[in-house]
Order: sequence, then C-alpha cells, then structure tokens
Amino acid sequence: MKLSEWRQLVQEHGCLEMVSRLLERIEKSKLNAYITVCREESLRRAEEYDKGKVKGRLAGVPVAVKDNITTKGIKTTCASKMLSNYIPVFDAHVVERLKEEGAIIIGKTNMDEFGMGTTTETSYFGVVRNPYDLSRVAGGSSGGSAAVLAGEEAILALGSDTGGSIRCPASFCGVYGLKPTYGLVSRYGLIPYANSLEQIGPMANSIEDLALLLEVIAGKDERDSTNAGRGFKFSESKEFRIAVVKNMTAEDQIMDRFYDTLNGFEYEEIELPSLKYALAAYYVIAMSEASSNLARYDGVRYGYSVPELTSWGDYFSRVRAEGFGEEVKRRIMLGSYALSAGYYGKYYLKALKARTLIIEDFRRAFGDFDILVSPTMPTLPFKIGELRDPLTMYKMDVNTVPVNLAGLPALNVPIGFIRGLPVGIQVIGNYFEESKILSFAKRIAAE
Amino acid sequence: MVSVEDVYHVARLAKLMISEPEAEKFRKEFEDILRYFDVLDEVSQDVRPTFHVLEIKNIFREDLPKEGLTHEAALQNAPRKEEGYFVGPKVVD
Repeated sequence: MKLSEWRQLVQEHGCLEMVSRLLERIEKSKLNAYITVCREESLRRAEEYDKGKVKGRLAGVPVAVKDNITTKGIKTTCASKMLSNYIPVFDAHVVERLKEEGAIIIGKTNMDEFGMGTTTETSYFGVVRNPYDLSRVAGGSSGGSAAVLAGEEAILALGSDTGGSIRCPASFCGVYGLKPTYGLVSRYGLIPYANSLEQIGPMANSIEDLALLLEVIAGKDERDSTNAGRGFKFSESKEFRIAVVKNMTAEDQIMDRFYDTLNGFEYEEIELPSLKYALAAYYVIAMSEASSNLARYDGVRYGYSVPELTSWGDYFSRVRAEGFGEEVKRRIMLGSYALSAGYYGKYYLKALKARTLIIEDFRRAFGDFDILVSPTMPTLPFKIGELRDPLTMYKMDVNTVPVNLAGLPALNVPIGFIRGLPVGIQVIGNYFEESKILSFAKRIAAE
Repeated sequence: MVSVEDVYHVARLAKLMISEPEAEKFRKEFEDILRYFDVLDEVSQDVRPTFHVLEIKNIFREDLPKEGLTHEAALQNAPRKEEGYFVGPKVVD
C-alpha cells in the first residue's frame, strides 16, 4: 500500500481503526517478518493522531524499522541470540527523525543475524518468507523490511545496506529500496557490521514515498563522524545519459525482462573491468571490519552471558560461541585471518587497492553517463534452504557490492514478475545524485 | 591450503570456542573462500588503498560538556552488576 492510499483510508476510518486492522493483519501473518511488534505504543500514537495532536510529514504513518537500528525502550536484537534481550537506552538518529515527523514505529523487522546474509536464513528468530511464495526467501539482510511492505504489514520501512541488504530483498519482494550515498544518512544508532560500507536507507511501495522517507532521514548529525553534513530534497530531472553495465549480469530470463524494460530508452553498453575484484574485495573488507566491530560482545556490559564466571579468555570465548550463529562466526574468523600477521598485505590491503580501482572505473563511467543500470539480483528468489554453501551464497551479491565499495547511491525498481516471482532493476547514480536515480526510477515505473 | 590448526588459531584470535566438527567444516569452507579471494593477487601493489570513500578528515566541534547516559542507564543491560559496577570474570588467576 502506498502512503497516499493509507492517508485516504485514515481520513475515511480514522488512524486508530486503520492501525488496529494493520496489527490484526500482522498477528495473522505467516511471513515471520517482525521480531517485535509495538502494539500498545502504536495504538496510543494512533489515538493521539485522531485527536489532532500529532504533526509532521509522517504523522500517523506506520513505519517498520530494521532490528539493527536502536530504538529507546524497544528491544533491538540484530536477529542474534547475543542481543536477544537488549533494550537500547537511546534512539538512533533516524528514529529521532521519524518521531519528530510524527511517524508510528509499528515494529522491528527480522533480518539476517547482524546483517550477515542474503536470505534472512541466518536470523536467530527464523527465516522471513517471501509474500509472493511462502516456500521462498524474501532476500536479505533487510528481508523483514521488504516483506512487510509487500505483505501490507507496514506503509514505509527502514533497512540498512552493507553489500546489497536493502536492494536484494526489495528485488525479491517487488518493492522499492534505496541505498544512499555513503555519509548522507547518519549511522548513529545503527549497530555496526562494516562501518565503511553501510548506510541506513528507505524502503517503500512507490518512488514518491521512497523520496519522502529519504528527505526525513538524511541530514547532518555530528554524532556520526563520517556524516557528510548535508540534507536531501528531491528535485525531478528529465534528461538522462544512460549506460547498461554489461558485466553486471543475471539469468537469461531476467536479462530478457531487463532489456524489455529499457525498451524506449536510449542507452549505451559499457564494461567496468575492475568489477571482477568486487566480490572478493567486498567480503575481505566486510569480514575484516566485522571482526573488529563484533569484538565488543563480551557478555559483560550487555548481551548474552553464560552462568559460570571463569577466566577472562574462557568466559569471553564461551559467551561468543553460544551467542553468535554460524555465519557470524565464519565472518569474524575470516576477518581475523585477513587482518592477522602475514596475511594483512595479501588480503586486506589488496582489497582496499581493488576498491580504488573500482572507484576509478565508476568515476570514468560517470564522466560520460549519469545513470548506470543492471539487474539487481542474478537470480529469482530461491527456495528456503536451497543455498547451503557459503561461497555460493556470497556470489549472489555480485551486482550489489560494487556500489557499497564505491559509496555510491543505488536503488531497486520492481519491473514485474517471472512465473509469479518479482524481478528488479538496479539504478546507480553518482555521489549525492539521489534525485537523478529517483527520477529515472519514476520514469521506469511509469512505463 | 588451510589446516585445522589454522582454524583453531583464528578461533583463538577471535575469542570463539569451536568444536572439532565445526573446525573441520570451517576448514573446508575457508579453503574454498580463500581460494576465491586469490583473484586479488592480480591487483598491482602500486595502487593506493582506499580506507574510506569520503574525503573528510578531522571534523571538529566545540568541546562542550553534554548530558551523557545516567549511571543506571549504562548498567541497564549488564548481565551482572554490583554496587554500581559491571561484574566481569577474573583477568588474572
């Protein structure tokens, strides 16, 4: 449901009635998309809205928030046993902004544990199901946020994207999702996985809604030292110089649909040669940053603990062995390996050099074009449990990770269905040119 | 080649206790994944590394005192606390 439709219904029936219906729908849902539903608080806020007490650009609008974004007084788990009882004592910057604009935080959405996955299958709270086929995955890591939009269990949602975690589930669930330019949205209150790659971003059922939510969450925040200190205001552009990135590809049936969608647009085809390093570079950097970030989980200040207070090393190792899932352990260990003496030069430093080459490729491309397009995902949504081998799973991120390495903005636009399953196109823009990619997405959506 | 000893070594570095079957499973997976990472060997040493995509450095602000977390809030999520302190395991025997 689009925001305009929600507002119409609220005008007819009142906010309390509409929020009650939404909560009822969530209760009966088979998607497993929420970890926490904020029932009482949502009803209270809806009542306040009906009394005319709530102002703001998102007044009375139910927004779902990914469970790695801290919400004061509301459990925030990162879908991990490690944080399954963690109740933050502060709001993330983006949550402060939602509240300032009158939004109703309807619940916290399911995800891959700490954002590490492409299917939400690594969640401690179980897999999120695809609203179009319950036997298939919703994508990840922001699978819950995408599923609640497609399943009409929220009107807007926030996700986070480290290597495709907004765009992948948006593609698999047939919704819009945008990863902003690195630094546009404050990461204050985003529980870190890989700081140099990740951004919080908006997810929605229309381009207008996506743009509005980005306007609300973007902006200066001195609590994030990598914040670019600038806001966002959507202004539509009409002219685009478009290029298809030929070496970002997908299954034939997806490619056919992709080129059908571009029919009627003028475009050129280019190759970015350094993309062959992107997947390896991304995983080395993400795992290295993860191994350092997740060192904070010591079972002392917060999080999971074990009953016996043994020696420091033993206690710490036990807490982490029991509190983290398998994929998280795998990434922490590989990250520790890539950063360890003797391997730092071979893996970590080489990955950072590859990153430079990828940035240079994009910079050259944006000298001639202002829109780059590719399929978002190389395949249709897979069956739950279909991908067992970690490396095969990592390879699903091949089209999305280059954008994070370069810090560019990109979004997913749904372009219809193949055998009832959603397909998406990825639109990439130059730094801080969110307006251009949104404008182009609007054109595609209108076709 | 990755040995089981290598896996135990990184597990120790990362402070993760792992079982024998886990170590064997990880060994096989790490070997595949690290072999895939070898594509990075082609990248020239002469390229400058990019640690961060934004060219921002030294963002300063006024050094003014601000309200922080209360003592109570800071300890709220601690599994063990005593007299206003976190309780942790012994560091030395």
